[in-house]
Amino acid sequence: MSGLQVQAEERAGTQPGGTGGSGSRLSVRPAILSVRGLTYGFSRAEPLFAGLDFDVREGEFVSFVMPSGMGKTTLFRLLAGLLAPQAGTIAVGEERAAAAEASRLGHIGYMPQRDSLLPWRTVLDNAALGLELRGTPKREARHRALELLPVFGLEGTERKHPHELSGGMRQRVSFLRATLGGGKLLLLDEPFSALDAMTRAGMQEWLLQIWERHRKTILFITHDVDEALLLSDRVLAASASPVSAFSEIAVDLPRPRDCGAVLEERFIRMKRELLRLLGRETRGSGGDRR
Amino acid sequence: MMRKASAALPAGTFILLIAALWEAGTMLLGIPHYIIPKLSDVFVSMWDNRQTLAGHFAVTLGEALLGLGLSVALGTLAAVWIEGSRLARKTLYPLIVASQTIPIIALSPIMVLWFGYEVWSKVAVVILFTFFPIAVNTADGFRSADPEIGDLMRAMGARKRDLFLKWKLPSALPGFFTGLKMAATISVGGATLGEWLGGESGLGMYTKRASNMLRAEAVFSGVLLLSLMGILLFLAARLAERAVLSGRFPGEQGR
Repeated sequence: MSGLQVQAEERAGTQPGGTGGSGSRLSVRPAILSVRGLTYGFSRAEPLFAGLDFDVREGEFVSFVMPSGMGKTTLFRLLAGLLAPQAGTIAVGEERAAAAEASRLGHIGYMPQRDSLLPWRTVLDNAALGLELRGTPKREARHRALELLPVFGLEGTERKHPHELSGGMRQRVSFLRATLGGGKLLLLDEPFSALDAMTRAGMQEWLLQIWERHRKTILFITHDVDEALLLSDRVLAASASPVSAFSEIAVDLPRPRDCGAVLEERFIRMKRELLRLLGRETRGSGGDRR
Repeated sequence: MMRKASAALPAGTFILLIAALWEAGTMLLGIPHYIIPKLSDVFVSMWDNRQTLAGHFAVTLGEALLGLGLSVALGTLAAVWIEGSRLARKTLYPLIVASQTIPIIALSPIMVLWFGYEVWSKVAVVILFTFFPIAVNTADGFRSADPEIGDLMRAMGARKRDLFLKWKLPSALPGFFTGLKMAATISVGGATLGEWLGGESGLGMYTKRASNMLRAEAVFSGVLLLSLMGILLFLAARLAERAVLSGRFPGEQGR
């Protein structure tokens, strides 16, 4: 398993420019997140993660694809600092030594599966929540959120309450909140899984646009293989519990990308490879979604 | 406004119909006036005694409001305590719930024993009646707070104070107002009962005394005014609820 990982990393690193140059550009960037020997489980007998290592470099878009029940959300809760690892370290940014969970709280933007907007707050106040919690004065927090509303396609909704918005719009607010509140790292936990297929495709393109403009580091959980490949620089996959290493696919599709990329031959080849890594051997076209 | 008026029309018509039946029935069936007085006589009595009644109305309203206010303070405090302390949640909360099996009316004479015949015994009975709905509904409101929002806020670096003020407290408000609306309605009953047990003034005392004298018009006018007071307090509580929770939920009502 780990051999494969190294191989994949080499491939990502040595591809000279590749297409769009994302591989080489990223390889020189410092790691913004390094996880070493991460071990965690709800019962001692069957841990979800056992000695897991991985790194994420600054500005990278990395997706995690695992079958359900293998602890994707648990992994994110560990990264966000909501859970403490039973063994191992999670280091964000410079503070490699700081293993304390409290040091991560407030430094990572977290977008949960459900939008989890506060129903009693307006769009603007929801978006400004993260800044507010980090001690920014309310006026300034609102001002900064208001400035970003148009960028996130939320112009004119600032006074609305969450129940007045569609599912896609609510996710945009949730994403804006995570962007404003967190530091350099954004964790997105299956943000589009509750949306219908049409809205989801729109939101994927939208996320690509926003990300290509701002280049924050994004960790993205999904169970949708197409979604993972379309959005990411790298896809980390695991198929057997406990997870001790991720298999990796470097996605060398040119950016900017749009939904049409899924039809390219390269994309389909990577998809077949990813499905194989997930233990879903496919014959023929490999068109099995989820 | 028009929509509201038309929504109230059926109920209004129904009330008028009952009033007309009351008036006509008492006349046609020859019901003795000390059993059911004519509605018009009730209003005449109300008008004749308007100054006395206004004074008694103010006294009872004062008792109800004072008791209600203290219940809001004590009930909310109890709910916060139950929310904040695991020990209180395990001891106080079940006790408060279980205490409701005690017939409050039976306890009321004890309040007279402790607080005498002055206003405080009435206020104590009102608190006895209204503390429970406020405390329990507010405590349940705290517990209904979405844990995912709490996690999210902690991930964003929220401190304990932030979590309470920006997550728990707003989450508990709908429950609190549900309790307040219940309490507002029954506070009038509490004040009335307190006055029955012994008092010099108030609509409860007035109706009881009138009943002893078989002055049915006076009894009915007192009862009508007490009902009106209950309705007004409920509407006031609902108004406060709407003002605070406006825009929060789909539809117009909080819960």
